[in-house]
Amino acid sequence: MDGIHDLGGMQGLGAVDHSPAEPVFPDRWQATARALMEVVAGAVEASGGEFRHSIERMDPGHYLTSSYYEHWLTGAATLAVEHGLVAHAELEARAGGRFPLSGPVLAPPVADAGPDMGEPRFGVGDRVRVRDWHPPGHTRCPGYVRGKAGTVVRVDGTHSVPDIEAHGPARRYEPTYSVRFDAAGLWHDGQRGVTVHVDLWDSYLEPA
Amino acid sequence: MNESGHHPAPLSPVERRVAALEALLTERELVPEGFIEEITRRYESEIGPLNGAKVVARAWVDPGYKERLLTDGTAAIAELGFGGPEGDHMVVVENTSAVHNVIVCTLCSCYPWPVLGLPPSWYKDPPYRARMVREPRTLLAEMGCPLPGDVEIRVWDSSAEVRYLVLPQRPAGTAGMTEAELTGLVTRDSMIGVARL
Repeated sequence: MDGIHDLGGMQGLGAVDHSPAEPVFPDRWQATARALMEVVAGAVEASGGEFRHSIERMDPGHYLTSSYYEHWLTGAATLAVEHGLVAHAELEARAGGRFPLSGPVLAPPVADAGPDMGEPRFGVGDRVRVRDWHPPGHTRCPGYVRGKAGTVVRVDGTHSVPDIEAHGPARRYEPTYSVRFDAAGLWHDGQRGVTVHVDLWDSYLEPA
Repeated sequence: MNESGHHPAPLSPVERRVAALEALLTERELVPEGFIEEITRRYESEIGPLNGAKVVARAWVDPGYKERLLTDGTAAIAELGFGGPEGDHMVVVENTSAVHNVIVCTLCSCYPWPVLGLPPSWYKDPPYRARMVREPRTLLAEMGCPLPGDVEIRVWDSSAEVRYLVLPQRPAGTAGMTEAELTGLVTRDSMIGVARL
């Protein structure tokens, strides 16, 4: 989905609040929230794709104004409700107030994942173009490279396609590639002497 | 002990939500005894940037190790005993006087846990994720890492299963230092690529 999580290139977000060191968990609730996501993901056997998508579906305003571990809490509670572990009303009753969850999944479950792809279609040095598509569900293809051409610099073996594993038990394995893009080809104001490398599944790509 | 008269601070809304989810999952016997404490302890004390610093220092003193590290990062890092979730497919990218590497995850906050620990807040926040792929020269300078215009910047967006570690340049004037002393020079930020040593 073209969601708020897909932040690459967004403008107007201000300075990075950089600190050279900080506690791993500044507050205990953050550690608990992190652990509860592991509990829920384990209980419902969530794939990495389903886990990430539970956060990506957050209300955009909530996403931008809440911290990382509040994202995990919201995703964990959403998965727990969607899989029937707890009811939303119970959560709100216990919390003594609103307990915002992520929005609904917009993509249908994937019934047939199709055959795995064992051999890479592309090799190092090949020119590829990222498909300009906008799937309603989970994807790991960042918006800022869609439609853009780049060069394969590394082939990384086969991995489960996130777009499929996020939406049911079906799985398809495909090669992933590290694709190098010149900044001038990504942005009209791309900075000189900059390349951006994005790791992409085979089905995100077509020959350029 | 008499605790009367001491009231704990009221819980914030997010703390109440965490407590609610924890209580309901615990009542359903989904939270193993001690689970939250154990994984918290692991992330607070067993993994962190010291692991990555050991990898970097070894690469600085042992050319054979450095070659293995750049060829198969996962295996070379495992030689030092580090691996696990978010570290199963490691690629190490080397800084030189002509090339500077920096890592980011624009879609979430992917990060090489076994060698760097859990990511800092700023790495997970929107400004870093948005800007590092669009204006890395400007952002690096803002973060205290200005680079000469003729230094090539390579940004690595961790969008699939590979996790990256930057191998910083060994600082000048360190020829006489031991591996342990060198380890102490390596900062987390230099291994993310937002600082040079």
